[in-house]
Amino acid sequence: MTAEMKFEDALKKLEKIVSDLESGDLLLDDSLKKYEEGVKLAQFCSKKLESARRKVEILVKTSSGKLEAKPFDESVLEES
Amino acid sequence: MSPIKPTETERLIYSVTQLTREIKVILEGSFPGVWVEGEISNYNLHSSGHIYFDLKDAESVLHCAFFRNVNQNIKFELKDGLKAICFGRVSVYDRRGQYQLYIDKIEPKGIGELQLAFEQLKQRLEKQGLFDSAHKVPIPILPSRIGIATSPTGAVIRDMLHILRRRFKDLEILIYPVKVQGDTAAQEIAMAVEDFNRLRNVDVLILARGGGSLEDLWAFNEEILARAIYNSEIPIISAVGHEVDYTISDFVADLRAPTPSAAAELVVAKKEEFIERIEGFLIRLKSSLDNAVSILENRLRDLLESPAFKYPFEKIELYEQRLDDLTKSMDRNISHTIDIKSEKFNTVIGKLEVLSPLSVLTRGYSITLHLPKGDVLKDTKGLKRGDKIETRLLKGRVISEVKEVKKEDVK
Repeated sequence: MTAEMKFEDALKKLEKIVSDLESGDLLLDDSLKKYEEGVKLAQFCSKKLESARRKVEILVKTSSGKLEAKPFDESVLEES
Repeated sequence: MSPIKPTETERLIYSVTQLTREIKVILEGSFPGVWVEGEISNYNLHSSGHIYFDLKDAESVLHCAFFRNVNQNIKFELKDGLKAICFGRVSVYDRRGQYQLYIDKIEPKGIGELQLAFEQLKQRLEKQGLFDSAHKVPIPILPSRIGIATSPTGAVIRDMLHILRRRFKDLEILIYPVKVQGDTAAQEIAMAVEDFNRLRNVDVLILARGGGSLEDLWAFNEEILARAIYNSEIPIISAVGHEVDYTISDFVADLRAPTPSAAAELVVAKKEEFIERIEGFLIRLKSSLDNAVSILENRLRDLLESPAFKYPFEKIELYEQRLDDLTKSMDRNISHTIDIKSEKFNTVIGKLEVLSPLSVLTRGYSITLHLPKGDVLKDTKGLKRGDKIETRLLKGRVISEVKEVKKEDVK
């Protein structure tokens, strides 16, 4: 797993920040900080969504017994 | 049947073994294959793997032996009190002189074998805590890669890929091909779970199989798979059969999907939904900050409009006014005092004036001085024609030259 923040953690944090801000009892400085952080988190989430790429692979056992990911040919399925 | 017809006179003596053998032949010949129904008691699983128990009803008992080579395929658990229907042959256990049923097959009475096995395993695993919700791991909202252990051919994987693409076209999927039916299926799927846990290259794992009979789905009711799912640190979605089919895997898994297609829908929200949600958050972020600022602005405005800010000199003016008042009253007092004093003074002055030589002048008298010495003239003595005199009036002076001196009075 990457050391990068997980999407759901970012989303949860963002949710928390929004509700904190909406509760309205923050100092202005804190509000601004939270706002900035919130915008960053939202950007992170959007980026994460956009950076996902489609790749379908299938695990194949090699002769040595190791598992290897190979591209999966979906067209085979459409014919069946 | 034995040809020998023994009587009391014709003594034909058997050994115990001979007789037992004869009896055995008779019994085996009569009951080479028979179905017997009864309740299991004195159940005993020997360390050899053979099972011994009694089958009984209200009046009789039948000893039964269920040997290892045949009892291994039994799915459900035998135990005392279970009503069972057994198939086997009747024979004699020579060493104890005991006839018994040698069982080939056994099924529970009134319930299918698999159904019973399912219920028993479910109960046992539940007791062991394998279904505890506390143990379950939440499914990630946006998995960066999804593992699917299923048959790599057929409609199930096709439909799942199709749905996944429709909901969220950009996703990474890793398929682990397994048999989903047959004797080795449970083991294969359990291995898939273990392999994924070793590889750690997926965020969530779906175990999928299409619909089928209880027997078809049996792999998902086996303990080996149940344990693998329980031990998995990767969240697992169990997606087996149709909506009505419940398997042990469903109970152990972190999430049960009613069907494989449903699993594909559960595992990731629509991309648009994510985008909408994030945009919604952004809007709320902005408006809540705007709110916070406008609340602060209002407060600031209130402060600026407060009397302290709006009439900053009010206090000072108040003091000044008071000071003025005080000054005025002080002045008044003072002038009053002065008036009184000056009146007194005037009185004194008046008195003085009466006595003053100058006051005579006010009545039209004047004083004449003899110049240049300036002696006051009271008579004409020493005065002669041509002398200069100064006459002092109330206002002003007159310098004159004497023309004539007369010694007598004016009268």
